[in-house]
Amino acid sequence: MPISTPASAESVAPVARKRRRNFLRPGGYPALPIAILMITLIIPALFSQWLAPYGPEATNLRARLQPPVFFGGDWSHPFGTDRLGRDILSRTMHGAWYALSISVVGIFVGVVIGSSLGLIAGYFRGWWDTIIMRLVDISLALPAMLLALALAALSGPSFQSVIIVVAFVLWAYFARQVRAEVLGLRERDFVARAVVAGSSHLAILRRHILPNVVNTIVVLATLQVGIVITLEASLSFLGIGIPRPIPTWGLMVADGRQLLTSAWWVSFFPGLAILLTVLSVNLFGDWLREKIDPKSRRV
Amino acid sequence: MQRFFLVKLVESAIALWVITLIVFGLTHFSGNPVGALLPDDASPEQVAFLINKLGLDQPIHIQYLRFLGNAVQGDFGLSMKWPGQSAMDVVLSRLPATLTLGGMAMLISVVIAIPLGVASATRKGTIVDSFAQGIALIGQSMPSFWLGIILIWVFAVGLGMFPTSGSGTWAHLVLPAISIAWFQISALTRLTRSAMLEVLDAEYVKLARAKGVSEPIIVWKHALRNAAVVPLTYFGVLAGSVLTGSVVIETVFSWPGLGWTAIEAIKARDFPVVQSVVIVFAVIFILANLLVDLLYAYIDPRIR
Repeated sequence: MPISTPASAESVAPVARKRRRNFLRPGGYPALPIAILMITLIIPALFSQWLAPYGPEATNLRARLQPPVFFGGDWSHPFGTDRLGRDILSRTMHGAWYALSISVVGIFVGVVIGSSLGLIAGYFRGWWDTIIMRLVDISLALPAMLLALALAALSGPSFQSVIIVVAFVLWAYFARQVRAEVLGLRERDFVARAVVAGSSHLAILRRHILPNVVNTIVVLATLQVGIVITLEASLSFLGIGIPRPIPTWGLMVADGRQLLTSAWWVSFFPGLAILLTVLSVNLFGDWLREKIDPKSRRV
Repeated sequence: MQRFFLVKLVESAIALWVITLIVFGLTHFSGNPVGALLPDDASPEQVAFLINKLGLDQPIHIQYLRFLGNAVQGDFGLSMKWPGQSAMDVVLSRLPATLTLGGMAMLISVVIAIPLGVASATRKGTIVDSFAQGIALIGQSMPSFWLGIILIWVFAVGLGMFPTSGSGTWAHLVLPAISIAWFQISALTRLTRSAMLEVLDAEYVKLARAKGVSEPIIVWKHALRNAAVVPLTYFGVLAGSVLTGSVVIETVFSWPGLGWTAIEAIKARDFPVVQSVVIVFAVIFILANLLVDLLYAYIDPRIR
């Protein structure tokens, strides 16, 4: 058990040990198990090329619909195989890579657009602020699914449309949060001094404002990873996200839908992967917020 | 109050207008519809006639105004996948199914989440609290389509208690409604819990206790009434996420509502129907938010 190892026992402060832990409260759990859970999920994702026992598209028609290992199958396919004899474990591992890389890229685009607009709105105020905040309100008033449906109808399923949908969902949250912080920061003494010292707006934003909002941005971004993974999986499940034959978790669950009566494992394992990944990222996000940004703690 | 009402109304109108821009952009950049509407051997005169009839030879702002004029009347053209029906008729005929499912999902989430949140707040730190928070934690991490499939596997395929898909009876409604409600339950439970914790600390609750008012009356009458404002504001978001959930869950359960129609229309590249669904969704969503804003202002006068 990770908690009882000497290293982790030492790292827990005596005060913290005395307080009764509520493991289900946000941030109320020790970091080590979360870290271990995340690492066991991230390593297969990053190295699926080498670690996965089979290629994601490697079919084996003689081993079609093999059950998982303790349900009548054997260790050659621990999670079983699908209709074409493809190894579910390997496909789930490759799926992890797509889920993580798409969320990272999508969140990055959303963060860059949203934070820049938030910086501009909060720092320059006036018309910029009014226009950008109106756009934020409108954007928050539109469910992401509408844009996803519209884009899918327009261009068909593609990486780009998923990234656009993700960025569209996220930018407004970042713009709003960053603006709120910048409004306070720009009134601080160090900004006034930088103005007196003759710094340009760009220099002030980059050297004095941005470093002070980075923490907030990082925490907010971490908390969005779970939402984005679920969104991407839902879109792929509906066939309006990442196109076939890329082994995304959403597509794999969709593939198993028709096989529920005979081969439950085809849908089960990719879905379980989504659940565990989102759960561990959410726990990690809560923990990170507690560490870096105790102000924004939820009750 | 009137001024507040006007501001909200204008904001909603702008949001709707942005949607029409997106939907118009969709038609405009989705390529030339003439090719799809006419057979391959159409003569140049026929092509020119259709282009003229559809107004495709007009400048783009005129085209947009024409589109807007038609959109206001709910006219998005004829459906391609369901021939002989206008796109809006197809969509409106599916609306009741979605509203039933969404309403049921909302009902389930309120009936479960509010008591759970209250219980979790009044018994903070006990096993009840941990259970409620565990539900909330898992609910936020579980993809709804997968939950739907697991429910089908266990309760329809395995136990045979409910039909696997389709619609018609109340039994058909149970599994899809639970699948949509699950995520809302976790969010609402968390919100209710934190709102209740705040209110239970307030002076008037302490006063009521000092006066000797019984605990259930304090919790359910004094505290919950005040705490309910927070989950109520969330209702707008809830409506949006129920709509989103319905697209996914209707597809899982082949429930013949708007979401299922949208996905079928996209597969068939039936643009008029997709446009109509997007507009109808947007109108429902914006109306729900407007209603919540007004209700909120009515309940809590400080907002105005």
